Amino acid sequence: MTEFLSVNQLVCERDERLLFHGLSFTLNSGEILQVTGANGSGKTSLLRILATLTEDYEGEIKFAGELIQRVLPEYRQQQLYLGHSPGIKGPLTPIENLRWLQGWYQSLSEQAIENALTAVDLYGYEDVPCYSLSAGQQRRVALAQLYLSHQALWILDEPFTAIDQNGVHHLEALLAEQASQGRSIILTTHHQLNVPDGFIKKLDIADYGE
Amino acid sequence: MNWTWFHKLGSPKWFYEISSRWLPWLVILTILLLVTGVVWGLAFAPAERFQGNSYRIIFIHVPAAFLAQATYVLMAITGGVGLIWRMKMAELVASCCAPIGASFTLLALLTGAIWGKPTWGAWWVWDARLTSMLILLFLYLGFMALQASIDNMKTAARASAVLALVGLVNIPIIKYSVDWWFTLHQTASIKLTEKPAMPAEMYYPLFICLAGFYCFFTVVLLLRLRTEILHREHKTGWVKALMSNKR
Amino acid sequence: MVSEINAPASTVKPMLVSPGAAVWVTLCRDLRLGFRRQAELINPPLFFLIVVTLFPLGISPDPDFLAKLAPGVIWIAALLATLLAMDSLFRGDYEDGALDLLLVVPQPLFMHVLAKVCAHWLLTGLPLLILAPMLALMLSLPSQAYMTLIASLALGTPLLSLLGAIGAALTVGIRRGGMLLSLLILPLYIPVLLLGTGAVVAASEGLPADGQLLWLAVLLTLGLTLAPFAIAAGLRITASG
Repeated sequence: MTEFLSVNQLVCERDERLLFHGLSFTLNSGEILQVTGANGSGKTSLLRILATLTEDYEGEIKFAGELIQRVLPEYRQQQLYLGHSPGIKGPLTPIENLRWLQGWYQSLSEQAIENALTAVDLYGYEDVPCYSLSAGQQRRVALAQLYLSHQALWILDEPFTAIDQNGVHHLEALLAEQASQGRSIILTTHHQLNVPDGFIKKLDIADYGE
Repeated sequence: MNWTWFHKLGSPKWFYEISSRWLPWLVILTILLLVTGVVWGLAFAPAERFQGNSYRIIFIHVPAAFLAQATYVLMAITGGVGLIWRMKMAELVASCCAPIGASFTLLALLTGAIWGKPTWGAWWVWDARLTSMLILLFLYLGFMALQASIDNMKTAARASAVLALVGLVNIPIIKYSVDWWFTLHQTASIKLTEKPAMPAEMYYPLFICLAGFYCFFTVVLLLRLRTEILHREHKTGWVKALMSNKR
Repeated sequence: MVSEINAPASTVKPMLVSPGAAVWVTLCRDLRLGFRRQAELINPPLFFLIVVTLFPLGISPDPDFLAKLAPGVIWIAALLATLLAMDSLFRGDYEDGALDLLLVVPQPLFMHVLAKVCAHWLLTGLPLLILAPMLALMLSLPSQAYMTLIASLALGTPLLSLLGAIGAALTVGIRRGGMLLSLLILPLYIPVLLLGTGAVVAASEGLPADGQLLWLAVLLTLGLTLAPFAIAAGLRITASG
């Protein structure tokens, strides 16, 4: 069987500084990859490469056995990227924000969006412009995408930032559940993930540094 | 077809070595051509019937204007090559071209103004050619400003290459629109360099000057490139070895 | 190969969107955002109005003189107003991370970029068009030139937006890139300015202006076909740095 995602001998350099080299891993359906490393070690750079935001790297990334450059539209259709700044627009309401965030991928019913907002504890805030929400609440709007997403691969950069303890538990439960159903997840976090051991793989970028 | 030369050209080390061999010959050729052309043009070519001796500035002005435009084309093409094939050397050439091209443009503008004083009686006249040149200077300055304000070198090279290509598409449009605008507002004037039958005694030195300017451009470009290569590759083994040998 | 990878079993089969619908999402989002930020919406037309007002005050209020000046003044003011609005095209998206999301959509980027420029023109260029006749009146432009003025602006301002968007894409990563954007783009605006004022001048002198207008249309077609690719390339370059 071909791996879902395989990364081979990845080298990344930024501003004449080698971030990592010889980085390889494989990710199968239903696995969670936790990327760890010190600040500035290249976690975000790795995630941005995997999300196809930059082509500044050497090495191979294969999606279902094909180089991602060859299957770019299909790969992009199958990935959900959530970066440091999640792109939530202040003047728009949570519903409107989700409508465009997911609107590039699928058409959604009002009901589905409301359910997702309820799942991240934002019930009652659907029609409030996002600028009046707190940082944590805005983050939750972005995370609500996870309840709507059909993408097979999630790439999450520090998803736990600004989320309270209760929210963290919910999110962990969601990740474990989704992994058990065959979704692949790559995330960076300093947080000790409370997820059953069978699913989780760890990758320390420091192992591939200079 | 054999493409190894193309890949070799992409290697800074190879380029640095081969250019060391070319450089002395090119310098000699440049001096010969420029001295011959300028002396012939300024001292021996006959005076012009209507403009007298003031026309002699074309021996500097025309080659400078030629080079100003040719350099932009070279800059845009090498920028495009760097963008498409990710060739480091091409990016370097593009970024080294900009200040040289801007200098030639400025030289063409200055000599044009100096020529304008005795001919039109004013230092600056909104002549179609001068205006186009001025806009070309703006394009060069924009390219350099963009390159200078992006910190990441790769990003800077690629972003300015896109700008140069956009400029390349625009140059003919700018040129034609300025020409058209000028015919609308035209006042009687003698045009610089537009002589239906220029005698051979004037043509030959002009061609020699032109060739000399091209050689001069190549020499300056090579010098800039070599410095830039050393600067960017200062971490690599061959540059370190080279430097320790010199010491 | 790729189709063999099945989406996780639990999810309902998604209703994937067509490229057209996805681009429509971008257009609607930008328009909606624009209307929510009404304070920003009135800035370009206000700027247009004030700049035009400066000319009679600074030069001469003589109607005959103003009539001569009017085509150039209106066009230069429109050009500057478009240029000033340009910096905001991608900056907001860049700062809040939305640009990254736009760069990884499955549809071709140039289509989304075109939609964004369209929305931006509707929000900033179209109001100038509506305001232009009033300003022409204030500058005593001969009445036979009104239609040509509007036509030239209708063809010219989208072109200004497209060219400006290239500059906006190239400078989006630069702090305080607004000034730099003007330096990069103003030289490229010159043909549009020459043709635009040329058309209005011709019409105000009672001459046919079709030639200039057709040239503007040609340039607009060229811009519509080429600029989106340059903008998309610029965004990928600056956002990946």
